[in-house]
Amino acid sequence: MTTIRTIAWKEIRTYFASPMAYVVASAFMAITGFFFVASVSDAFSEATIRGFLAGAVFMLVFMAPALTMRLIAEEQKLGTLELLLTSPVREVEVVIGKFLAAYAAFLVMAVLSLYFVLVLFIYGVPDVGPLFTGYLGLLLYASAALAIGLFASALSPNQLVGLIVGAGVLTSFTIVDFISDRVGGAAAQVLNGFQMGASFSVFDLGGFGVAESGHFADFARGILSVPDVVYYLSITTVFLFLTVVVLEVRRWR
Amino acid sequence: MIKLDKMTKYYGSYPAVIDVSFEVLKGEIVGFLGPNGAGKTTTMRVLTGFTPPTSGTATVAGFDVVTHSLDVRRHIGYLPETVPLYLDMTVTDYLAYMGMLRGMNSAWVKERLPKVIDMVKLGDYRETLVGKLSKGYRQRTGIAQAILHEPDVLILDEPTIGIDPVQVVETRELIKELGQEHTLLLSSHILPEVSMICRRVLVIHDGRIVADDTPAHLSERLQHTERIELVVRGAQAKDVISLLRGMPNIVDARSDVRAELQKPEMQGRTALLIDAKPNAGVPEKIAQEVISKGWGLTTLHPLPMTLEEIFLELTTDEDAVRP
Repeated sequence: MTTIRTIAWKEIRTYFASPMAYVVASAFMAITGFFFVASVSDAFSEATIRGFLAGAVFMLVFMAPALTMRLIAEEQKLGTLELLLTSPVREVEVVIGKFLAAYAAFLVMAVLSLYFVLVLFIYGVPDVGPLFTGYLGLLLYASAALAIGLFASALSPNQLVGLIVGAGVLTSFTIVDFISDRVGGAAAQVLNGFQMGASFSVFDLGGFGVAESGHFADFARGILSVPDVVYYLSITTVFLFLTVVVLEVRRWR
Repeated sequence: MIKLDKMTKYYGSYPAVIDVSFEVLKGEIVGFLGPNGAGKTTTMRVLTGFTPPTSGTATVAGFDVVTHSLDVRRHIGYLPETVPLYLDMTVTDYLAYMGMLRGMNSAWVKERLPKVIDMVKLGDYRETLVGKLSKGYRQRTGIAQAILHEPDVLILDEPTIGIDPVQVVETRELIKELGQEHTLLLSSHILPEVSMICRRVLVIHDGRIVADDTPAHLSERLQHTERIELVVRGAQAKDVISLLRGMPNIVDARSDVRAELQKPEMQGRTALLIDAKPNAGVPEKIAQEVISKGWGLTTLHPLPMTLEEIFLELTTDEDAVRP
């Protein structure tokens, strides 16, 4: 536990000592802010954060790997991974420590975004249920996205590879409905089970919604369903586990 | 403290280290010598638990590197060849972080850190970002992280590579000091360094140990020829050389231009280096001949061969044996 805390704390300090966290947080706020404003600025528009959530879920496809790309790639490039793995530290402690640091950086963005909620309460009467489930969904979604990003970062000493592979995997999980619409039948059912969050409907600014299908849809609507929670936790666990495997395999080569 | 038994490591189908067995006792300072690609780094990576051996066993402080890897890692301080540092941390933060990873608590770090910083003379750079340090100071930071947690065994991979000559001397002094309280395994391809610091040398070549001895014994064992330094006054170099070449048991004689240039008192004197068969009484005969010619005999003494030459010989011998 001490080791995990040591690693996480070091990475958190590195985040806020470098411009990365600030750049990502500003971009996140600016773009989700645009989605939010567009969704609530019509006359008679609903006081919801669905617009913000659509923007956030979409943005995290790129932002999550941008946050995590440095974490393991740089250790490989600097050679510090050799030092880390010859210290009495388990691979799983390294992975969890770094994941927690990335998650903390994301939490800062989530807290900043509460500003949008404040605006809703000042100018309208929002329904509290969907706000709550929406944020819960976002926290779960982010943990899955960051785990995927961390896994991508472990693949190569090159940070760009981490960014592109991470965003690529996340995009694949995102455009599942685009594919399943075209295959149909049982295959479509299975594919839809993996639908992660935003979909092409994000680009349809008239709808201001996240994917109609997929695991994020219910959170956005204010419904809390166990399979969706389990889905995001599973993705997180599987990818953190794969990251540990990548590090262990490196040892045996 | 360190024990390797028939350790072999393959990278794919390439054997990096073959059948290496040796033991390092508590308190020994052992030099691990070999050209680049001989298997030094691989052996060290096995000992530090970074990579497991393909076959054979390795134990450090009584723990097997594969089955008790974490215990092994608790007992070693390791400086890899690349000196891995987090460039965006200050020296103090970096060392404290490494200490915590090695299982130190913050009280211990607080007590130990100033001592280590003094030891490696980093006092003026405590709050400097590691990325802004010169190579020599980065090396010291690397050494500091290896000794911070007071490990039983210190493993240093090429600790003086790529730093300037003044810092090399300082780093060697530091390593010598460290050798007084740690079991130390040090790799190098710079030979005078190893003979300076270590009382025992392991020579590795193409993944095999080819010699394991003290620097003095190594030079004795490998002395096929005896080298003699001769300085005479009042003679032409070519006369002396032709005289020497005519004598039995002398393999070669040549003028030692370097010695003549270096010392001003060599004015009017001729310096020569002679390779002769050992134990044939050659120095005595040279003295007789020089005096009978009426020249002034200023210097006549046998030179020990440097480890560098031994090393060259070891590796070339090995090459000749291979198909």
